[in-house]
Amino acid sequence: MQTKTHINLDPAFRWLTLASGLAVLLLVGSILYTLVMGAMPALKHFGFGFLTSQDWDPAFMEFGALSSVYGTLVSTAIGMLIAVPLSLVIALFLVEIAPPAVSRIVGGAIELLAAIPSIIYGMWGLFVFAPFMADYVQPWLASIAPGFALFQGPPMGIGMLSAGIILALMVLPFITSVTRDVFQMVPAVVKESAYGMGSTTWEVTRKVTIPYGIQGVVGACFLGLGRAIGETMAVTFVIGNRHEISASLFAAGNSIASTLANEFTEASDDLYLAALIELGLVLFGVTLVLQWAARWWLRRTARKLGAVR
Amino acid sequence: MRQRSLTYRRGIDLGIRLISGLAALFGVAMLGWILSIVILKGMPAINWQFFTELPAPPGMPGGGLANAILGTLLITLLAVLMGVPIGLAAGVWLAEFGQQSKTAEAVRFAANLLMGTPSIIIGVFVYVAIVMTTGHFSGISGAVALAIIMLPVVARTAEDMLALVPSALREAALALGVPRWKATLGIVFRSAKAGLLTGILLAVARVSGETAPLLFTSLNSPYWPESFNEPTANLTVTIFNYAMSPYEDWQTLAWGASLLIAASVLGTTVISRGLLWYRSK
Repeated sequence: MQTKTHINLDPAFRWLTLASGLAVLLLVGSILYTLVMGAMPALKHFGFGFLTSQDWDPAFMEFGALSSVYGTLVSTAIGMLIAVPLSLVIALFLVEIAPPAVSRIVGGAIELLAAIPSIIYGMWGLFVFAPFMADYVQPWLASIAPGFALFQGPPMGIGMLSAGIILALMVLPFITSVTRDVFQMVPAVVKESAYGMGSTTWEVTRKVTIPYGIQGVVGACFLGLGRAIGETMAVTFVIGNRHEISASLFAAGNSIASTLANEFTEASDDLYLAALIELGLVLFGVTLVLQWAARWWLRRTARKLGAVR
Repeated sequence: MRQRSLTYRRGIDLGIRLISGLAALFGVAMLGWILSIVILKGMPAINWQFFTELPAPPGMPGGGLANAILGTLLITLLAVLMGVPIGLAAGVWLAEFGQQSKTAEAVRFAANLLMGTPSIIIGVFVYVAIVMTTGHFSGISGAVALAIIMLPVVARTAEDMLALVPSALREAALALGVPRWKATLGIVFRSAKAGLLTGILLAVARVSGETAPLLFTSLNSPYWPESFNEPTANLTVTIFNYAMSPYEDWQTLAWGASLLIAASVLGTTVISRGLLWYRSK
């Protein structure tokens, strides 16, 4: 019998796939390198003061990141303050309270919130939600807490508060779905023994489910935080885009991402561009750290839960 | 431990049930609110001209977003052509060769980081790396940005899906003397087909609604896309520009584009999720 000699393609296949895998690794490295290089003029010119200066004046080439960083932190904080408790009780509803059919439909609807593109949130936020805030929510908040520093100023609709609420809606599905998975990981036997002792659903949740899954929930919040902090379009539409820091949540502000979205194509000068790239570098650095912390935490938790079982 | 009456405990329990039910209702209601607004405001803009004509200057009757629709389709297609093959290959390496090695762990870690990177940062990166180097905005740089966003998603889903294929199948093929590449592409891929397809569809859905990475790569254009080497019209940046404009007819067009984007992104997501659910039954 005659055997045909084949060219052995396996090494080529292996190297090709390896190269693709390494491309992912290389990409993260080159993003970091490119941003640092692009930001270099600003890094040299402003030094550490970039992070602590509030000036942002392209005409005089004065750039400071403080108002953008502040806006990012405040809008994200509002978003997380609303989203975390809401996600927890929704996950509780999905796992413990709702009948399976209802749970599947409601769970599907919540997950669909995550699939809506950011720009759609922006359109809805600018044309529908901001006027709603200005007409109903903000006058109401101002009336229940008159003189309260956070609720000062004219109710314009757009501003920090509206941006934070929309961020809450956008990260809600992420936190809910991870929390739901964590709650489902609690072994049924453990819960059943608590029910067997005569506990109510809430008592089982508070004393068994939540302590069991708390670390997973914390990891979920980290992931949500990473999403919220870099969210661009929805925030750009409603935050108002003003380079000033105000105590009031009704006031317009900006975030790192919204400043980038608004000004990047306008940056005519090299230093202006470098300052914007440095803003991007700050954001990238923060999300890298958050991601890393979240993964590390979640993996540690998974190992611990694995050891328990 | 302090004893509490059963009525008190039941009351608390009922209260929590009520709150959690209301929270779930709130989530669903917000989804309903957003979707109904997009449909209500978008429908009036959708007509024959919307799909066939170039945008008209503000104040002029008629005009559509045909160029932006075509541009978005082309940019997304180009992104798929770049992102999917590399993503699949990376997934193959992770599942078939790398497995638990240190390098594979590093690649996985990098893919996760990349997935969590804000899309605007990808835009800035592509701007510095491509737009600044070539000296002009271009459709191709937008496609590269979208491909970078797709890459880790496709790679990780592909790895998960390939890892689900039983080793016995691979071993059977290899025992018959089939080369590794043929076993992977012909046999492992075939049995993971549905999962791979879903992963790709989900990645495409995610990417086709992206705006931030296109803002300073593809930019936008009022003309037909003729070359990927120049600013290319696309729906999402058009929505941004038109929504921020003071002209009411442009804002109407932006709502129409929003409806189109929302419908296609959500449609693709629901279909691919359904596919996955149907297969897993």
